[in-house]
Amino acid sequence: MSQREEVLARLRAARGAAPAAPAAVPRDYRRAGAEADLDLLVHRLTDYRATVHRCTDDAVAEVVDAVLGGRRIVVPPGLPRRWLPATVTAVTDDALGTDQIAALDGVVTAAALAVAETGTIVLDGAPDQGRRVITLLPDVHVCVLRAEQVVAGLPDAVARLDPRRPLTWISGPSATSDIELNRVEGVHGPRNLHVVLLPPGTAR
Amino acid sequence: MSRTFLGMPATAPRGVGHLRGDEPFPAAARRALADPQLRRNLGHATTTIRAKSGAVIAELPDWQQLRAAGSAIKADVLARLPELLEQLELAVTAAGGTVHWAADAVEANRIVTELVAATGSDRVIKVKSMATQEIGLNEALEAAGITSVETDLAELIVQLGDDRPSHILVPAIHRNRAEIREIFLRAMPGVDPALTDDPAALAAAARRYLRETFLSTPVAVSGANFAVAETGTLAVVESEGNGRMCLTLPETLITVMGVEKVVPTWQDLEVFLQLLPRASTGERMNPYTSMWTGVTPGDGPQAVHLVLLDNGRSAVLADEVGRQALHCIRCSACLNVCPVYERTGGHAYGSVYPGPIGAVLSPQLTGVADNASLPYASTLCGACYDACPVKINIPELLVHLRDRAPHPRAEAAAMAAAAYVMDHPALYTAAQRAARLSRLAGRRGRGLPPPLSGWTASRDLPEPPPRTFRQWWAQR
Repeated sequence: MSQREEVLARLRAARGAAPAAPAAVPRDYRRAGAEADLDLLVHRLTDYRATVHRCTDDAVAEVVDAVLGGRRIVVPPGLPRRWLPATVTAVTDDALGTDQIAALDGVVTAAALAVAETGTIVLDGAPDQGRRVITLLPDVHVCVLRAEQVVAGLPDAVARLDPRRPLTWISGPSATSDIELNRVEGVHGPRNLHVVLLPPGTAR
Repeated sequence: MSRTFLGMPATAPRGVGHLRGDEPFPAAARRALADPQLRRNLGHATTTIRAKSGAVIAELPDWQQLRAAGSAIKADVLARLPELLEQLELAVTAAGGTVHWAADAVEANRIVTELVAATGSDRVIKVKSMATQEIGLNEALEAAGITSVETDLAELIVQLGDDRPSHILVPAIHRNRAEIREIFLRAMPGVDPALTDDPAALAAAARRYLRETFLSTPVAVSGANFAVAETGTLAVVESEGNGRMCLTLPETLITVMGVEKVVPTWQDLEVFLQLLPRASTGERMNPYTSMWTGVTPGDGPQAVHLVLLDNGRSAVLADEVGRQALHCIRCSACLNVCPVYERTGGHAYGSVYPGPIGAVLSPQLTGVADNASLPYASTLCGACYDACPVKINIPELLVHLRDRAPHPRAEAAAMAAAAYVMDHPALYTAAQRAARLSRLAGRRGRGLPPPLSGWTASRDLPEPPPRTFRQWWAQR
């Protein structure tokens, strides 16, 4: 008997008679569909030590300049170039090596969506967000969000996301609770998270 | 342990892994209770986490509805476990991953060791995973000449301190910042001798120490918090970014997962992603959650393996009352509210699964005889049931397992005698008179003579009343 057949046979014997159909799950918790509260998102992000900048699309480059001016950064291939000021040296990720990415100071990306209630941004590897590694190794992450990408709660996010894409859910900078169960920011991921929130109606 | 029959539910084998302690709970607990530093550290940490968790749970108006949904999803998973695992296997395979099945710890360790050996690497980086601790994977890899580097901060503290984990979520909860600094100064290569015990400085030291290892190790081993049967998606919930490093940088990723971690649908994650962080670290959302479905060309590991582990879970599933222990999502809320855990810490439980959930899970995974004292490591106060985000009725399970634990002959004899006496009114009256005489004899507080002394070692005998109800009734 193969290990596969062995495990399955054990579980069938243990479970007893198979049910005819999936059980009905009571889903009377708050479901998807509520309106997203942008101010709540800002509060939640700030509460977990992310820095939030609210500005229009044409001011994004100024924010990037203020955060990363004079530094060398990595950007995904599909990032709108208008967001980059002349003061940063931007290296486009066309299959860069990890050592090359680790040597850079920051990264600027867009996002797939954000969850207001939890202060979470989600990246899904689209061309304006890039490979997972580029938002992991540099110490500063600037993430640009359009207001329309903000959803109210977790159920809205799950409904909108495509599970076949690699997903990274980010809630504030890297942190740990491992020392006396207090949250301390700054372990292995980016220690600085800046979220740029664009107003409703901003074109892509 | 009873003989294992092919295809029949089986407990986890002896001699491998970390599900059995070296001594019974009362003996280990007595030693832990004598350590005032340990009790201070635990009291401080559990008080902190209870306050944090309570605050973020109170923010959700539908917490109870989420608990009910989580519990119902898990019950459905157990009812359809073989079918869901086959569905998961199909989905992972279709997305470019490879699925392996392991009946027990020995098989799982063999599979992972062979997969690592095939890459030619003599080192793996690891994300904190209860399943790989349970099966003793690090020891198995070491025996094959492969070094495991634990990358979670608390796991690193435990590994550098040559210590054992004592909490599901925060394995080094028994250490305070001063002790962690000492461990780093003693055991972390290249550490700055001027390191302070500021938590941010300690975290930064771990960042510097592990960075080069992350960038240069081609194989990672992880666990999984959830696996979605319909899509083949695996999820790891973490805080520090060490998980992202392990799940993103290496060429080969090997995930070891207990079979009960499967959930039916993608939508089910909307429930568990709300329950887990709030019950666990007391955050609205943990800093990082990574999800991957097989292989993504050009992004992340290009060889992705999933090892599905039984190791006693089939035996737990076979017990219709006991199987709800398999609902557990390893949040550790039950540890943080338990008055017993708060005083003894996790080591006293022997198994990698400590606290209330450990007291009901470990004996079922190993067979009750191998962890017979654990169902008694509780006051049955019920705080764990209230705290559990998937509504595992731990007190009910404790009582159920006490019933299945081996009982001393004297206890059965005493119970049979009591039943006989209560069935015979004249004998009962005589017995009550004898009890009052014992009161006059001043036995109270001294407990019962052997062999019944075991029962009174940790309990006061109730004081017999000066007059019984029946006497009062007769004289009324």
